[in-house]
Parts: sequence; structure tokens; C-alpha cells
Amino acid sequence: MPTKIEKDAVSGRETTGHEWDGIKELNNPLPKWWVYIFYASILFAAIYTVLYPAWPGLTGYTKGLLGFSQREQTMERVRQGTELRAPMMARIQAASLEEIRADPDLLNFSLNGGRTIFADNCATCHGSGGSGRPAFPVLADDDWLWGGRLTDIHQTISFGVRNANDNSRQSLMPRFGVDGMLTPAQINEVAEYVLALNGRASDKAAAGRGEKVFAENCVACHLEGGKGNQELGAKNLTNGIWLYGGDKASIVRMVWYSRTNSMPAWVDRLDPATVKMLAVYVHALGGGQ
Amino acid sequence: MPDDLAAHDEALSTRVQKQSQPLFAARIKVYPRRVRGLYRNIKWALLALCLAVYYFVPFLRWDRGPGVPDQAVLIDLQGQRAYFLWIEIWPQEVYYLTGLLILAAFALFLATALLGRVWCGYACPQTVWTDLFMAVERLIEGDRNARMKLDRQPMTVAKATRKSAKHAIWLVIAAVTGGAWVLYFGNAPDVLRNVFTGGSDAATYFFIGLFTFTTYMLAGWAREQVCTYMCPWPRFQAAMLDEHSLVVTYRAWRGEKRGKHKKGDSWEGRGDCVDCSACVAVCPTGIDIRDGQQLECIGCGLCIDACNEVMEKVERPRGLIAFDTHANMAAAAKGGSARVRPIRARTVIYASLLVLVGGIMTAAMLTRTTLDFHVLPDRAPLFVTLSGGMVQNGYTIKVQNRERSPATLTLSIDGLAGAQAEIVGHKRSDLTIEVGPDTTASFRVLVRAPRAALKDERTPIGMRLSGAGREAETDTNFRGPATAGGAR
Repeated sequence: MPTKIEKDAVSGRETTGHEWDGIKELNNPLPKWWVYIFYASILFAAIYTVLYPAWPGLTGYTKGLLGFSQREQTMERVRQGTELRAPMMARIQAASLEEIRADPDLLNFSLNGGRTIFADNCATCHGSGGSGRPAFPVLADDDWLWGGRLTDIHQTISFGVRNANDNSRQSLMPRFGVDGMLTPAQINEVAEYVLALNGRASDKAAAGRGEKVFAENCVACHLEGGKGNQELGAKNLTNGIWLYGGDKASIVRMVWYSRTNSMPAWVDRLDPATVKMLAVYVHALGGGQ
Repeated sequence: MPDDLAAHDEALSTRVQKQSQPLFAARIKVYPRRVRGLYRNIKWALLALCLAVYYFVPFLRWDRGPGVPDQAVLIDLQGQRAYFLWIEIWPQEVYYLTGLLILAAFALFLATALLGRVWCGYACPQTVWTDLFMAVERLIEGDRNARMKLDRQPMTVAKATRKSAKHAIWLVIAAVTGGAWVLYFGNAPDVLRNVFTGGSDAATYFFIGLFTFTTYMLAGWAREQVCTYMCPWPRFQAAMLDEHSLVVTYRAWRGEKRGKHKKGDSWEGRGDCVDCSACVAVCPTGIDIRDGQQLECIGCGLCIDACNEVMEKVERPRGLIAFDTHANMAAAAKGGSARVRPIRARTVIYASLLVLVGGIMTAAMLTRTTLDFHVLPDRAPLFVTLSGGMVQNGYTIKVQNRERSPATLTLSIDGLAGAQAEIVGHKRSDLTIEVGPDTTASFRVLVRAPRAALKDERTPIGMRLSGAGREAETDTNFRGPATAGGAR
């Protein structure tokens, strides 16, 4: 405690009463408004720590009297969102795929919901908007491996392709080169034939010989003239749209090694109404039949 | 020597004290005196008019048909519409509000160039409510001298009663002010009922509370400090004024030399100003107009009324303080007079801008369509090649029907030979869409075209919607492969 309060002669202010080597300190207190806000903040902090989660402990933390939790808050919002969507989801669930498409409300709901679901689950492989990439088919065009009608798309999404699900789409192209089923010359010829189907053969004679090879080895799945078979996921080879590349080297590689991809069964991961929305969305991307 | 030192210390002390003055001038409370006269009457009339408009407008009705609010002026935040008589504004048309604000700004500039700070003195809400609060104060605490005396008195029961009565009435006025504000954002009778029955939402009570607080603080406590320190307008209004603008002026050439005057004294060799300080006593911002034009002057003209009263008493001509131009003042000082020149470069420019903006607004309003049509091309994929060799683009179109009846519209594509459009969910040939009344609907559209028809990577096309005498066209692009031929 300062024993003596004196006024500084020059400035007219009080000193704090402290003196260090002849130097005295003027008493310039903090502004009152500042001090009060400071006290109010301390009070606020004290109340806050009682009401809200605050102090860490060894095994957890103080939960606070209000029981507030951001995680709970988020879950509550998710719950509210689900509740909000529930009536529409019920209508989607009850309606057939064709009915969804014919009803403007259900269609819009499916397109908008489908866009998000697609972005979350499908775009990783199929690209955003179903723009595809090598080995993962474009979903916005009208070339379909397993069929482009609503029911086909719904089936493919539901059970997937070449996975462990009993209903999954299954097919396997033989490894004609690796397993020695065709000679390199024959593979060259059949590749020329496939190019010829698209009007791009470089060696007409080889392509002619390839037709025979094709008829003996490929027609069972790819059908006469390479029209493809959607029952078996056998690609249409005549329409200029390719999954693994359409240049000669790619075709030769495909016949030699064969390549397969797979797709999960989404019934295992998404609820039926969501799968329906997804089917309607994919169908509307541009190639639905 | 010690004397010198003491003198030096003293001098230093004074200098430091001078330097360590507070950063802000302490407010000297203004006690405006009651005054009667022409400008006071105009001020009362405008005050009544402004308040009447503010409180009455939300209750005006305007029939817009069934299912639509019938409040003449309404900002419907939930419904995302603003209604002004026959005009209905959607959120994206908020630029009409911008236009209105620009019009208001130019009108203010023009009025200032012609008549000085009439806005500040007569119509500004700060002025109107401060005036109202002062009237209440005068009613309860008495006029200037009584109020000054009351404030000097120690606190007694009588003083406390008067003060609390004043603040109570102020708070009621403030609450009614804040309360009327929310009436513009909902159906006024309903809002009014809900506010009193406790049925309004928290936001409504919050805004009533907020505007109650601000009205009470600004009109009750802050008053002229708002004009002097807070408002930007007095700072730059000088740019609108020139020597031909009407401003409240003290005619110094007539008034000086000022001095006290006893009845019977001669008026020879002195000015008309009797230095009675009436002009200072009535001033709501507490300034002396005889010091010339100043920032604090809000141009209300109450000092004119006060001075005229005094001039009549001392039997001198009225108008020692008057609305006058600086040009006329200068001329009169030399015995002449200057022409009033309302038509000057700046007034002409402000007026033309006013007409121009008003014209643009009117034109925009008249050519305004009730059909809005936006096209959002797919960003991924930009295009796909179909198995037949055609190129296909996907679009989402958004159609807004701002009419109260449903619209049936047909889609067509311009500028692309052989283009075929398809609306997802419709049959291939069916390009007709239905948009409900007062709604925005979105559709997915696929457009196919032969590759030969494409000009480049990007072919400009137009999408047109038409039907029942309404039409909207939006430009967009049709994308295709960069080079002709060549499969991936």
C-alpha cells in the first residue's frame, strides 16, 4: 500500500506512491468502461464453464449443466433433415420407377437428391455428372453395357457387377492371348476386323480374315456383327464408344489380356428409395432409354 | 534563480496542462427554448405528416386478388416478396430498391442545392423524433429556464417523479416507433395482435426492442450529437451548396455592430442585433447562427422565428436572420440585391440525373417481364458423343412464372441446324412445359445435334420459351469435340 498519495506538480495527476531511484509513476487507471467489461468477461467465463462443456479430465470432460453437445446438435439436424425428407422418400418408395419419372415433383426430387447421392457414392469412379473415364463407363451417353432402361439401371445399381452378391451381373471375357486361345496373328486380324466394323481398318485383307476368327470366338457374346449383348455386358463394338480405348493397340491388348472391372451392390449400402432416386438420376443424365 | 525556476516550472505546467486536454469536448447540454412562428409551424406540420405517414402506411390496403397479401406496402421476408401498391418485387429485382435509393440521393442533392439543409431541419427521422421528444420534455419539465433550474437542483421526489415520467413517455414513444417498424414486415393487423398476445416470434420482439432502444437513445439522449458527430451528411453537404443556395443566415451587414438596446435609444451608428441571444436559446443544436455557416446548423430556421419576434418588439424590420443566399447577402451588404438563381449548373445536373435515373427506372418497370428463363449447361460432362455419332449436351433450365396464373410454354432451339431437344420425363416429341402460378420450376433438357452442324468447340445457341403471348429467350452454348472425327 502506498503510504502517501501525492500530486505531480507538472501534470497535476496523482502518483501511485511508488518511487524507484527518484522516478515516480503517475496513476493512470484503466478506463472504467474497460474495467467493467473485463469483470463482465470474467463473470461470463465462470458461468460459461459451468453451463457448457469446458474442463478436460483424465477420462472425459465436464459436460456442463445445459448438456450441450455439437455432435448431438449435428445429429439432431440430420434427424430433422431426414424427417423433412421422409414423406417424399415414402412416395418414392411406393412409386414405380416409371411413375417417379412421370411425376414432376418426384422427378425433381430424385434429380436433385440423386445428384448429391451420385457425387457422394458414384462420382469417384464414374466422374461427376457420369462423365466417365477409361474402364469406367460414361453414364451420360446412350451406350449401355448392361442396358439403359430404368429397370436395367436400377438392377445394375442395386446388385452391381462382378461382385459377391448373388444377384450381381456376371460375365468374363476370356484371355485369348495369355491363355493361348488365339495366335498373335489371329489377334491382329480380329482387331483389324473390329476396326473395320467402325470403318477404320488399316489392313482390309487382315480384317477379312479376322471376320472368321470373330465368328468362331467372339460372336457368342458380342453377337453377329459385334452388336453386343446387354444380357452379358458384352460391349457393342460398332458405335465408336469404347471402354478401354478404341485404337488398335488398345483393342489388341483387350483381346490378349482381357480386362474386367466391378461395381459394388448398392442395396447393401443404400436404402431402396435412395437406389431408386439414383436410378432415375442416372437415367436422366442423357442416355436413358 | 529560484524565482526563475519557479516561473519555468509554472510555464511548463501550464503548457502540459494545455496539451493534456481531453480528446473529446465534453457535451454541453442544449436546452432549446420554445418558439413560435412560421418555420416552427412548418416544422410542426411536417412532423405530423411524417409521423402520420410512418404509422398509417402499414394499414393501407391494396387488393391483389385471392391468396396474395393485401397490404399496400409490405416487405414479406418469408414469402420473399416486396409489395408496393401495384408493384410486386421478387428478391432478384432488388435493384429497383437500389434505383429508389439513388433517386432519393439525387433528390436530396437537388433539394440541398436549392434550399440548403431542409432535409436535416424538417424531414430527417432524427430531427422529427428529437423534436417530438423535446416537445414531451417541455410539456413535463417546462421550458428552457425551468429545465435548466430543474437539472441544477439536487434530486428530490418531485424531480425524480418528473424525470421518470419523461423517460416513461419517451420509452412508450420509442416502443411505438419500434413497434410500427415491424408492421412493414407482416400483415399489420395480425402483427399488431400477435405482438400484444405474445404470439410473435423472437425476431419480432428483438427488432421492436432494438428500435425502441435506438429511438430512445438517439432522440432522447444523443440528439444533436448524432448530427454533429455521427451523421456523414453534414460533412459532405457543403459540396452541394454554393453561394446561390438558400441557407439560414444572419445578415451581419444589418446586425453589426450588435449591442444591447434600451427603448428610446437611437439606432444610429449601430446594427439591429440587440444581442438578446434568443437565436441561441431556441437552437436545437445549441449554436450561435451569428457565427456564420457551421457544420452543426441543421437549417431548421427556428432562430429566424425567434429573431423576428424580437425585431417586432424593438420595432425593427423582420428578417435579421433569414433564409437567404450568400450571393444576395454579399450584394445587400453593398446596398444592392442579387437575383435568385434556382437554375444553375449544379441544379440542372442534379435535376437531369434525377430525370435520367427516374426514366431508366420507369423504362425498366414498363418493360419488365413476368417470365424469367435461365439455362445452366452441364459442367461435367460438357458434352457426350452418342452411338449414332450425334453430340449431346445436357442443360438444366429454370423457369420463373411471376404471374398469378399457370403458364404453358413450348421450348425451341435456335441457331443449331438439326438440333433435337428432349425434356427429361416427357415424351421425346413433347416440348411443352407447365409452370405453376408464382413459382420457379426447373427441368432437365437434353439437346442433340449432328456433329456437322457444330461450328466449333462452342456453338452459340438460343433457347426460346413461348406460349400464350409470352416469350423468353436465353443465349447459351452448345459444346462439342475440338477436332472432327477420331474416337477415344
